[in-house]
Amino acid sequence: MQFLFKTHYNDDIRFLAKTGEKVRVAIVIALLLLAPFVLQDYYLAELGLLLVYVIAGVGLMILTGHTGQVSFGHAGFLGIGAYCHSVLMTQGVPFTLSVIASVTLAGLVGMAVGRSASKMHGFYLAIATLAFGILIETVFGEWASVTGGHAGLAVPGLEVFGVALNETWQQYLVDLALALLVVWGAANLFRSPTGRSFVAVRDSELSARSLGVNVEWVKIQAFGVSAAITGLAGALLAHHLTYIAPDVFGVLESLKLLLMIVVGGLGSILGAIFGAIFVSLLPIALSFLKDVLPPAIGQQAGIEPGLFGLIIVLVLVFEPLGINGRWQKLRYYFETFPYYRKSSFVRQKAYLKTERMR
Amino acid sequence: MSSGKRLSVRNLSIEFGGVHAVEDVSFDVEPGEVFAIIGPNGAGKSTIFNLISRLYEPTTGSIHYGDQDLLKLPAHRIVDAGIGRTFQNIELFEQATVLQNLLVGRHSHMRANPISNFLFTRSVRNSELEHRRKVEDIIDLMEIEQYRDERIADLPYGARKNVELARALCAEPSLLLLDEPASGLNNEETDDVSFWLEDIKHDLGVTLVMVEHDMNLVGQVADRVMAINDGKLIAIGTPEEIRENRQVQEAYLGVAA
Repeated sequence: MQFLFKTHYNDDIRFLAKTGEKVRVAIVIALLLLAPFVLQDYYLAELGLLLVYVIAGVGLMILTGHTGQVSFGHAGFLGIGAYCHSVLMTQGVPFTLSVIASVTLAGLVGMAVGRSASKMHGFYLAIATLAFGILIETVFGEWASVTGGHAGLAVPGLEVFGVALNETWQQYLVDLALALLVVWGAANLFRSPTGRSFVAVRDSELSARSLGVNVEWVKIQAFGVSAAITGLAGALLAHHLTYIAPDVFGVLESLKLLLMIVVGGLGSILGAIFGAIFVSLLPIALSFLKDVLPPAIGQQAGIEPGLFGLIIVLVLVFEPLGINGRWQKLRYYFETFPYYRKSSFVRQKAYLKTERMR
Repeated sequence: MSSGKRLSVRNLSIEFGGVHAVEDVSFDVEPGEVFAIIGPNGAGKSTIFNLISRLYEPTTGSIHYGDQDLLKLPAHRIVDAGIGRTFQNIELFEQATVLQNLLVGRHSHMRANPISNFLFTRSVRNSELEHRRKVEDIIDLMEIEQYRDERIADLPYGARKNVELARALCAEPSLLLLDEPASGLNNEETDDVSFWLEDIKHDLGVTLVMVEHDMNLVGQVADRVMAINDGKLIAIGTPEEIRENRQVQEAYLGVAA
């Protein structure tokens, strides 16, 4: 067990206070950097895609997990990012400018949606965002002169600062750099006033308001930030897909994003990362399973969404805090070994503690 | 000591679908004073608070703080005018730590720019440190050091009550609306509350307006008391005067046969 002796307020601002945390993060980043040397192209591309979903997951997590505003139409923002980026790249706009423009556009549309959503709660918000998602998908389909309509749109090759990055490992490194930036930035957000006001709105709009938080503006900001980050994921996703069509950004994709953060664990950035790993690994695990299972089951249509649904139900019933909740418990178990009890995470734990133990 | 602003409420009324929750209530709260509002359940005490903090829109009447017309401000600007509040059913940010809750209390003094916050620039860090110092002063005053890093969801009830008061103080209000500061507390904790209210009044120079049922506490700390019933004002006076007031006794105990 490690005791922290804090000597400066910066100790509470730092992300990684404990040695174990530092080591773990360093190992993960080192492994991610080493991946191109070890993995075959197929798996490296999958890992890159996973990182793109980490970005999208963090985007939605900020809105739904931290600000408490559910969105059933987030694939719309993913699509805006992907289409805007592809169209601009096709017009010959450089990668960097095109990404910035796509992020800005997605963010502005997000703020507009947030403006209308800021007065809605729960059920109505879910329906409104669902409608937004469908609307955006329809626009992609119908605005054929720009988006190529239902036939789709070919995505130009990745090219950063005039250097063509056609190798899988090059694309992977771009994904990795931006994923790290987004995770770091999102974590920053939640150690500063903006992120705290988001959480305040989630937990109690009433008292947030009486403390000077402009609740409507916070919701607009949250939608904007979330949509901008998701738009970035969309731009990167386009390069992975190499060919985009409206139905890629439909309701199912929105649900996938939502399921991702629920399974990962709402209200934490780590949860978004776990969720992205989960949804990325599931199809791979499933393709292995298909070979093992008898064809009657393995070749059954809809086995993937079916399994998705089953897992969601199981997570909600047995671990509402998601994979992240499991992880925190595991950590706590080892950090306090052998004192962990089953009731350690039960809410009333503070009532059982004596004052002296604090 | 006090900031010298007077809260004046004039002819305040609000209707909820034909129900007169508050009817033609007028009162003044002098700077530096402890002003208590009492009355039976459903008398409209909390409604008055919600009107002052602009969570409800009054049907008629006016509310001024100093020379500022509060009815011209939206709810989230009331704290800028210098009015903080607590809630009857503690409204803390459950999933956040005590420290984070208190830092939200500083929100009205901070600038929240998503882009510089995303990048956590040096000025953001410096501002965090500066506000943390202010928060620590309040933590020290309220003696909640041991809870600093606890999540609210893990705190016992009495501690939550203190944290909510501390969070309201973090905004450095010149007037504090306390909605039943002693409800749900035992005798010992209620005594603590009365000491803190004295401290807040004397050390910080904050004017206090409180809704409270505990007449002992009211008698100990309040300078003046306002009694209301069915949304109407019955009497304003010192705690002794209110205790002796026949109409107040009738409101609580019913008309003597």
